[in-house]
Amino acid sequence: MMYKYDTYDQAIVDARVEEFRDQVKRRLAGDITEDQFKPLRLMNGLYLQLHAYMLRVAVPYGTLDSRQMHVLAHIARKYDRGYGHFTTRQNIQYNWIKLEECPDLLAELATVEMHAIQTSGNCIRNISSDQYAGAAADEVADPRPWAELLRQWSTFHPEFSYLPRKFKIAVIASDEDRAAMRLHDIGIQLIKQDGVLGGRVFVGGGMGRTPMIAPEINPFVRAEDLLSYIEACLRVYNRYGRRDNIYKARIKILVHEIGADDYRRQVAEEFAHVKTLGIDPPLAEFERISACFTPPAFEEGLAETIDRCDPDFAVWLDQNVKPHKQAGYAIVNISLKPIGGIPGDASADQIDMMADLALHYSYDELRVTHAQNIVLPHVAKRDLYAVWHALSDSGLANANLDLISDIIACPGLDYCSLANARSIPIAQKIATRFADAERQRDIGELKLKISGCINACGHHHAGHIGILGVDKKGIENYQLTLGGSGAEDVSLGKITGPGFDEDGIVDAVEKTVETYRELRNDGERFVDTYRRVGMEPFKEAIYG
Amino acid sequence: MKILTGNDLASGAVTWWTGKDWSLHVEAAVDVGEHGEGVLAAEEGARRVNAPYIIEAVPTPEGPRPAHIKDRVRALGPTVRPDLTLKPADPAAGDWVI
Amino acid sequence: MVEFRFRTDEVQEQPSVTLDAFLDQSNATAVRLEPDDDARALIPLLNRLTLIEIAFPKFRDGRGYSSARILREAGYEGELRAQGDVLVDQIAFMRRCGFDSFAPESSLNAADVEAALARFANVYQQAADAGVPVWKLRHG
Repeated sequence: MMYKYDTYDQAIVDARVEEFRDQVKRRLAGDITEDQFKPLRLMNGLYLQLHAYMLRVAVPYGTLDSRQMHVLAHIARKYDRGYGHFTTRQNIQYNWIKLEECPDLLAELATVEMHAIQTSGNCIRNISSDQYAGAAADEVADPRPWAELLRQWSTFHPEFSYLPRKFKIAVIASDEDRAAMRLHDIGIQLIKQDGVLGGRVFVGGGMGRTPMIAPEINPFVRAEDLLSYIEACLRVYNRYGRRDNIYKARIKILVHEIGADDYRRQVAEEFAHVKTLGIDPPLAEFERISACFTPPAFEEGLAETIDRCDPDFAVWLDQNVKPHKQAGYAIVNISLKPIGGIPGDASADQIDMMADLALHYSYDELRVTHAQNIVLPHVAKRDLYAVWHALSDSGLANANLDLISDIIACPGLDYCSLANARSIPIAQKIATRFADAERQRDIGELKLKISGCINACGHHHAGHIGILGVDKKGIENYQLTLGGSGAEDVSLGKITGPGFDEDGIVDAVEKTVETYRELRNDGERFVDTYRRVGMEPFKEAIYG
Repeated sequence: MKILTGNDLASGAVTWWTGKDWSLHVEAAVDVGEHGEGVLAAEEGARRVNAPYIIEAVPTPEGPRPAHIKDRVRALGPTVRPDLTLKPADPAAGDWVI
Repeated sequence: MVEFRFRTDEVQEQPSVTLDAFLDQSNATAVRLEPDDDARALIPLLNRLTLIEIAFPKFRDGRGYSSARILREAGYEGELRAQGDVLVDQIAFMRRCGFDSFAPESSLNAADVEAALARFANVYQQAADAGVPVWKLRHG
């Protein structure tokens, strides 16, 4: 169950489509220059990339239904080249968009309550959340009503549309962090204190050139104060964030430079003032939004046991399917990481197929994960075999969730004008080197993340193994980092030493993995062994 | 040699200055010598190109080869999707980029 | 030059002084805030001002939006002017933050400004204008 627009939401999105249509018209007519138009098109998610315009469509907190998914497939066919790319912020990107067609594309998206609002630009971006929201047993509440409240609050916020830099917020509601919450500009963990719901607020995380883990700024903000508090956080940033240097303009730099204590104090002062303005919506509004997220009408008394006699199905079951809070149900992870394929890409046909699976088997709901995979959140166990079969037929049944071939990779130099090196071929080579399924399972959980430049859209700092592509005198070069994590055991990876060429990096990864296997204790993941033994054994193995 | 490149304003397609107009094919790009800035200003002002810039290229029998890999990727298309490039049937096209 | 104004009283023509100068001397009635000036410094002295001009040297620098809201939240009711790199696409946000007077460096087309202001009938959040946030419309 998910949020449904009312007439107000629809009117706002429709007005935005017409505004952008007018802005495009003015740009094509030469009434505004590219310099003037660029921030406007970025606020509508439209980049000028290596090959064409790239459009980033918002998938609010990673949640969508089959109708929306079918439109995404239709957009891929009609306006693009037959595929889309799911991103590390739960959105979808199209790489071959024409500026002159973009207004019509946005109009089509608006018919299914979708848009590209604020998916780029120095404004508040897509609010991300836990891909298992509403299905996981460990959440104190579904975080998505809060994400929806924040989405509305942040949309066309008149004070915060020209921030020093982009602003990313994540909301989760469990101790297990499935959304890399601590690596966001603002991370909120919903918790209960003496039965009262509130948010633990972290400010100043981020990746990019200077990765930082967000310090806790407030251990408990009551739910009814949350928007005022976040408004205060943003106002302090808008006023005091650096504007002299684009690489020092994120809030993490401000919090780091003035210190968390001073930032906390300034926010507290501003919050005391903002709270008098009455900007928090009433409980009735929260309840209205929450009502959209009530659990689906699950069937009671469904079978818990699953027939495992198909060995391929059993392998997929063990790796990609996670427990659901409702008896008889399960959470299905669809891997968009076929061996040798492009991480996060899905063809229009595959998108349509996943939409159909959602409609028939998951109460018409899908999620996009920040690991560039898709989730069917509510599948009855008795339907798992049918789901797996359909996925197999479409090449989407790779049983590699959280294994070494479940790679997060940015588009890199094959697509992105900011990149210094290609990232996708490296992902393909590594996945191919480790293609053997049994070998992957033996290695176990290993989150490998690749960025094609220092902007770190591949989240390499948060990889158990991270790879950063750089330009070394005009030649692509790859640095290796170890020991990062975006989960609740958050940590930033450390570089091993000198970089490698595109073949050397694959060998270095393999040596790293083999070193882990030699040194590991029972039950230790790669990252656990690394944390126990340190960098030295790995350096020795890699550099000899 | 110095050549000019940019994107078509309306379509976003990568284009190269031929001396009189903008082509999709880097083979048609001409050496602008020291006159690049003037051409850029005029062409961008007239909206016949968007966000153009000057790059170094090496003359080869097949035409200019941009000095930087980024512009070679722009010239051909993504190395990981040969089917989406300007030379889908040419298995050696990727080598030209890299 | 003030091109667009949304007040019924006379346009304020007096020259504005810098914040430092205003805090020093006593008889100026108009002050100009640069992006890095602290708008709150004016709060104890708002009753002396009939014009506050907020500079936008570059439209990407959005500090003036916070300054404007802070002044309106403090009860300032005089003319609040946005001056500088002001494009038609920022006017609506600026109105919402409390600006009622605009002196753009480059002339703006009046029809474009009117269209921009009429574009969004609904707003999601409460700001410094009279716009009623959608959540209020939903729940009365």
